[in-house]
Amino acid sequence: MKRSSLFPYVIWMTLFIVVPMFLVLYYAFTVPTDTGATWSLENFHRFFEPIYLRVLGRSLRLAVISTVICFVIGYPAAMVMAGNAFSRKNVILLLFVVPMWMNFLLRTYAWLTLLERNGVINVLLTSLRLPRLNILYTESAVVLGMVYNFLPFMVLPIYSVLSKIDKGVIEAAGDLGANSFRVFTKVVFPLSLPGVVSGVTMVFMPALTTFVISRLLGGGQFTLIGNLIEQQFLVVGDWGFGSAISVVMIVLILLSMAIMSFFEGEEKSVALW
Amino acid sequence: MSEIIVDLKSVSKVYDETVALDGINLYIRKNEFVTLLGPSGCGKTTTLRLIGGFEQPTEGKILFEGKDISTLPPYKRRVNTVFQRYALFSHLDVFENIAFGLRIKKLSEKVIQEKVGKMLEQVNLTGFEKRDVNSLSGGQQQRVAIARALVNEPEVLLLDEPLAALDLKLRREMQHELKSMQKQLGITFVFVTHDQEEALSMSDTVVVMKDGRIQQIGTPVDIYNEPTNSFVADFIGESNIVDGIMRKDFLVDFGGSSFDCVDKGFGADEPVDVVIRPEDLVLIPAENAKLTGTVSSVTFLGVHYEMLVEADDGISWLVHSTLMEPVGTRVGLGLEPMDIHIMRKVSAG
Repeated sequence: MKRSSLFPYVIWMTLFIVVPMFLVLYYAFTVPTDTGATWSLENFHRFFEPIYLRVLGRSLRLAVISTVICFVIGYPAAMVMAGNAFSRKNVILLLFVVPMWMNFLLRTYAWLTLLERNGVINVLLTSLRLPRLNILYTESAVVLGMVYNFLPFMVLPIYSVLSKIDKGVIEAAGDLGANSFRVFTKVVFPLSLPGVVSGVTMVFMPALTTFVISRLLGGGQFTLIGNLIEQQFLVVGDWGFGSAISVVMIVLILLSMAIMSFFEGEEKSVALW
Repeated sequence: MSEIIVDLKSVSKVYDETVALDGINLYIRKNEFVTLLGPSGCGKTTTLRLIGGFEQPTEGKILFEGKDISTLPPYKRRVNTVFQRYALFSHLDVFENIAFGLRIKKLSEKVIQEKVGKMLEQVNLTGFEKRDVNSLSGGQQQRVAIARALVNEPEVLLLDEPLAALDLKLRREMQHELKSMQKQLGITFVFVTHDQEEALSMSDTVVVMKDGRIQQIGTPVDIYNEPTNSFVADFIGESNIVDGIMRKDFLVDFGGSSFDCVDKGFGADEPVDVVIRPEDLVLIPAENAKLTGTVSSVTFLGVHYEMLVEADDGISWLVHSTLMEPVGTRVGLGLEPMDIHIMRKVSAG
C-alpha cells in the first residue's frame, strides 16, 4: 500500500484517538484554578482513598470471576464445536453468534425482565413450587450479565484456533504414546493458548470497564470502576478526577495485556503442564 | 525366515458405503522392509492407518506378534508412524519434538538427553536442538519426524509417503538413508508410496494394491519380471499389453503370428493379455521378423531412446533401445520366449 493512502487513517486516528488521549492525560494531571489550571497529582491522590480502591478491587474481582466462568464454559464449548464428531456444530456456532447481532443494551434489559421478582424465571419456579431466585441487583446478577454478554468473545477465538489444529498432530501424539488426556494437556491445550489469550483479553477488558451491566443488573448498588468514571463526567462534573481514573484504567489494561503477551510468547517453549 | 510380526487377516474397511479395503490378507516379517504400492485411493494409506491404530477394521483381524490388536488405540501399540505432512508439534522445539514419546513414558532426564542426542546424530541434526520446527526446511522437518518416531524404538515403523514432499535429489538421499537406517536398527519398516521406482529400490517386499485389493506380493525383482496381471505390469515400469490367444501350453498368438513362450496352464484358445517390457523388444531387420512396423516417433531419454513402432495391424509397440532408427524406417521387432509374459484377462477394470 502506498504511504499516501494511509493519510485518511492517520487523520482519523489523530482526531479520535490521539487527541482525546492527550485531553484525558491533560485533565488527569491538572486541577482547575481561578486563572485556568495548574499541574498536580491531586486527582491520583484522591483515587487511592479506600472508598475508591474498594471500587477498583470489586471491579477487578468481578472481571476475574466473569473471565474464569467464561473460560470454564467457553473452552469445552469451543472444543465440542471444533471436534469432528459433532455434526450440528454450525447450529451451536450460530446460537453463540446470533445474540451478538442484537443490541447489547437490549440483551441486558432482557435479563432484567427474566430475573425480576415476578419475572419469567420466578413465575416458572413458583409454578413448580420451587423457591424464588432473588439474584437481581446482586453481584451474581452482574456476573451473570457479564458472562452472558462476553461469552462469545471467549468461545470464538478459542474455537477458531482449535479448529485449525492439524488432526495429524493429534494422531501423532497418540502414536507417540499419549492417551487422550495427555494429548489434550501436552498438545491441544498448548497449541490453543493463543486463542485462550485473546479470549481472556477480550472478556477481561470489557468486563473490567463495563458500567451498563452493573447499573442495570446491579441496580446501581454495585459501583464499578466504569460507573465511577461515568459519574465523574456526567453527574459530578469532575473531569479531572474522571480522567485520572481513566488513566489508571488504561495503565491497568496495558499491564494485563503485557502479562498476556508474556504468556503468549512463553507458549512457544514451555507447556503449562 | 524371521517370524511374522504383523498379520492382517481378511481385513476390510468401509467408510460410509465406500469400500477402502476389501478383505486383504498380508503378513509382515520382522526386520522386513515392506512397501505398499499403488495409485491413490488403492487402500495403501488405509492399511497403514489400520496397523497404526488410527482406524479400526470393519471386518477381519490385525494380529501383532500373534495377539489381536484390532481395537487397541494407537498409544497402546508398539508401532510408530512418520506422517506424510510430518505433523510436528509447532509449540515445541526440535529437541522436545523428538523427546515427546520419551517424556510420555516418564523416562529420566538423563536417559532422554542421551537418547535424543543419539537420535539427532543419527539424522544429522546435531546442533538443531533449540531450533523452532517451523524454521526448518522440508528435509530437516522430515528428519525430525523420523527421529521422533524412531527414538521410541518401535517394533514397526510406519511411513506414510514420507518423501512425497521432497525434491528429487533430496528424495534419493533420504531413500538411501532410510534404507541404511532400517538395516542398522533392525526395525520393521512399512512404507507407503505411489512411486514405483522408490518401491523397487528400497523394499525387501513390495505389495501392489488397487481398489482396496492386493494385486501381488513379492520381491521387487519378482514384481517387475513376473507381474501377475496386466495392472501390475502396467503400474510397475512401462509395458506393452496386447490381446493374445493361448493356443496351447507354451504357444501364444498375437500380432498376427504364433510365438513360443514359457507359460502354461491356460485353457485351449483362451484369450489372454500378453505383456512385453519395452526394453525386451529388439530392433532387427524387417525381413526376418514376425513383428514388423514403422517407426512413428523417437524420443531421446538419456540412457536410451524411446521409440513407437506402428505395426500393420494397428498395435503400436513401445521400444526402449540404445540404438535408434529414424522415423519412417520399417523395422522388425525381435523377442525371446522368456520375455513374453502371459496374463489372464482381468474382468472389468
